[in-house]
Amino acid sequence: MFGKTTKLSRRFVLSMAAAAVSVGMAMPLSSVSAADIDKIHFLIPGGAGGGWDGTARGTGEALTKSGLVGTASFENMSGGGGGKAIAHLIETADRQGDTLMVNSTPIVIRSLTKVFPQSFRDLVPVAGVIGDYAAFVVPADSKYKSFSEVVTDFKADPKSVKIAGGSARGSMDHLVAAQAFKAAGGNPNDVKYIPYDAGGKAMAGLLSGETSILSTGLSEAIELERSGQVRILAMTGANRTSDAPNIPTLTEQGIDATFVNWRGFFAAPGTSKEKVAEYNAALEKMYDTADWETVRARNGWVDVFQPADVFYTFLEEQEGIIGDLMRELGFL
Amino acid sequence: MLDGILTGLSTAVTPINLLMVFVGCFAGTFIGMLPGLGPISAIALMIPITYGFDPSTGMILMAGVYYGAIFGGSTSSILINAPGVAGTVATAFDGYPLAKQGHAGKALAIAAYSSFSGGTIAAIFLLIAAPALASVALSFQSADYFALMILGLTAVSAFAGKGKFLIAILMTMLGLMLSTIGQDQSGIQRFTFGAIDLIDGLSFLLLAMATFALSEALMVVLKPEATSKEAEKATKGDLGSMKITKEEVKDLAPVVARSSVLGFFIGVLPGAGATIASFLAYGMERNFASAKEKLKFGKGSLRGLAAPETANNAASSGSFVPLLTLGIPGSGTTAVMLGALISYGVQPGPRLFVENPAVFWSVIISMYIGNIILLVLNLPLIPYIARLLALPKQILTPMILFFSLIGVYLVSANTIDIQIMVLVAIIAIFLRLIDFPLAPMLLGFILGGLMEDNLRRALDIYDGEISFMWERPLTASILAITAVILFAPMIKGLIDIRRNKALKVNDGEG
Repeated sequence: MFGKTTKLSRRFVLSMAAAAVSVGMAMPLSSVSAADIDKIHFLIPGGAGGGWDGTARGTGEALTKSGLVGTASFENMSGGGGGKAIAHLIETADRQGDTLMVNSTPIVIRSLTKVFPQSFRDLVPVAGVIGDYAAFVVPADSKYKSFSEVVTDFKADPKSVKIAGGSARGSMDHLVAAQAFKAAGGNPNDVKYIPYDAGGKAMAGLLSGETSILSTGLSEAIELERSGQVRILAMTGANRTSDAPNIPTLTEQGIDATFVNWRGFFAAPGTSKEKVAEYNAALEKMYDTADWETVRARNGWVDVFQPADVFYTFLEEQEGIIGDLMRELGFL
Repeated sequence: MLDGILTGLSTAVTPINLLMVFVGCFAGTFIGMLPGLGPISAIALMIPITYGFDPSTGMILMAGVYYGAIFGGSTSSILINAPGVAGTVATAFDGYPLAKQGHAGKALAIAAYSSFSGGTIAAIFLLIAAPALASVALSFQSADYFALMILGLTAVSAFAGKGKFLIAILMTMLGLMLSTIGQDQSGIQRFTFGAIDLIDGLSFLLLAMATFALSEALMVVLKPEATSKEAEKATKGDLGSMKITKEEVKDLAPVVARSSVLGFFIGVLPGAGATIASFLAYGMERNFASAKEKLKFGKGSLRGLAAPETANNAASSGSFVPLLTLGIPGSGTTAVMLGALISYGVQPGPRLFVENPAVFWSVIISMYIGNIILLVLNLPLIPYIARLLALPKQILTPMILFFSLIGVYLVSANTIDIQIMVLVAIIAIFLRLIDFPLAPMLLGFILGGLMEDNLRRALDIYDGEISFMWERPLTASILAITAVILFAPMIKGLIDIRRNKALKVNDGEG
């Protein structure tokens, strides 16, 4: 007990010292000053090699290489669809002063479906960092040339449009498809969603001809299109992106549906506002560094910076939209 | 295409790439030997190191780790019954009994030669036909995978000794049931009892480690006398000897040939993989074996060792077909490699071997070199590694316990896995004491999940009709083969009885 408090206070002093240094050194010198934040421990709720893992390690790499953060350490804790790590972060909150947990849209979905009892409200949302839009993809030799043709077929015979996705029913790929067809005037309950256990297998299913359209992330879809095997019919951004200016949005095809799968960071409950502000300042600076650009370009990520307060409002909004949709689909 | 192959060859034999094949194979063998720890985490952690490399060099290194791990995984399967990677679980079925009988060196040598042959034959297939094989990978739909898993279940006969058939089926059912634990395709939790740790289901490797390595080591503690005699016998025997007779080579050559082809094609399918391939090859060889040889399966059959060991290596090479020619990963490990390729700015797909022949062909050619390196690296070590079994049980048993528990923990970094493992091991010890075989349970478990998912998808796609089972030619053919395998022995038995009767009648008349 005593040991724990001394450790904590030393950590506190250190972080205060680091903050003092960065404040004292005035803005122009900040790039050569000591690190803004002494250290960050990244908690990754999944195994090595996954999307969460890549986000945490990539962010950690950019932050340390650019000198914004002294050292970064990483811990993979898979289990319970991310619930294991959330529970761990809450239970050991008093020892997690320097910890940032990475997460993404599924934290909203899984807390709605009660996969784990906690929600983002039980943690301290720090910032949304990157985002990926959803996309609808057909094989290169498909009869569909635009998303509205798919909608026409769907309205005539919903069973004829088989939609593949790389996750279970009621998870992101399914919900995005339901949202799009609902906005197009169809009944989301009629969406025929065929679940695969990974994006790659869903893609194999699409190319083997057993499904007609694939619901997936835009960055993955762009890679697939580049290999010449598929065509992207639509993506779910509000506007076209600079990375793929030729891909139309759903909105411009008359379907009022947008969706962004964000990835961001959460701190342990009880983390102070000052600490969150420090993280936000470091992350905001990170976007302008060459080190971040290297990491971002390598992974094809889209910068979507949402500082703590914006991030919180966004999460509440997304929870509302997804919750309504899931209730309509009978998942809640 | 020839130009491309030549470009690949000249890329593959540059000093740096040769060095990377060596480093990859060496690291892979080592990672594979450690029980539980598979290539996926190793490769994921290796990616940042490879960013400075040329894409070919990075891929050659990662591929080396991948097939090196499957090569090395057999060592711990054979010696201590603790599979190094999921793909070598089936290797333990006959490899471990062989080691126990004092033939550890021989078993390791056969595993090394089989792995080498499987890997090399698969690399030849890749070189000849990789671009054309893309269509094979896409010819399988969910309905066909379902049929393939049913075919795989017939392998249960391989694990059923005389009069044990019902028990083997019972254990397969238990495996099928265990595979339903966790969240299903429709997001519904089954048999999780509200426990968050069970949502993702049980891991195959955890189950294999608990039922094999852990329960075996604990049995040694429980029944010390029985095993110490065996141990004596083992140490006296030719533990390190790698002698393989000419007859054995002649006997195993067709096994290796068949298993290479089977393993390679299963590997090409994005929905199967090395583990499934090894189980199918094991079952297939059991069906091909003579009545006398059949009885040896599970008790130290050389064929039962060579088949899965060849197939898993052939399959790991085969999995590069969907990865390189379609950009589709068939397993977690190849998914990580796909991510790496994309971050190098290389887009795998049907045009890769045209647009980037150096990457495409050099990886394939590096596999030949890699397999030779693996053989050269492993063979001289066998006599020494086999000596591990000569260690006193007081040292060896705690070591096995330690490595099995740590191995599983390192994969998930989740302490609950250790608790589940101990629980499963206790149940496994009980099942062993009443002489129930555990291998059929693993078969049911590994096939069960895929079987259910693919059946549900096929039913979804065909609007709930089961007509796909006879209307899709591929599905119908696989199911027909299954029926032949199931009923042929029965019909043959009936014919034999008739013939015997007829003979007797003739005797009477004569």
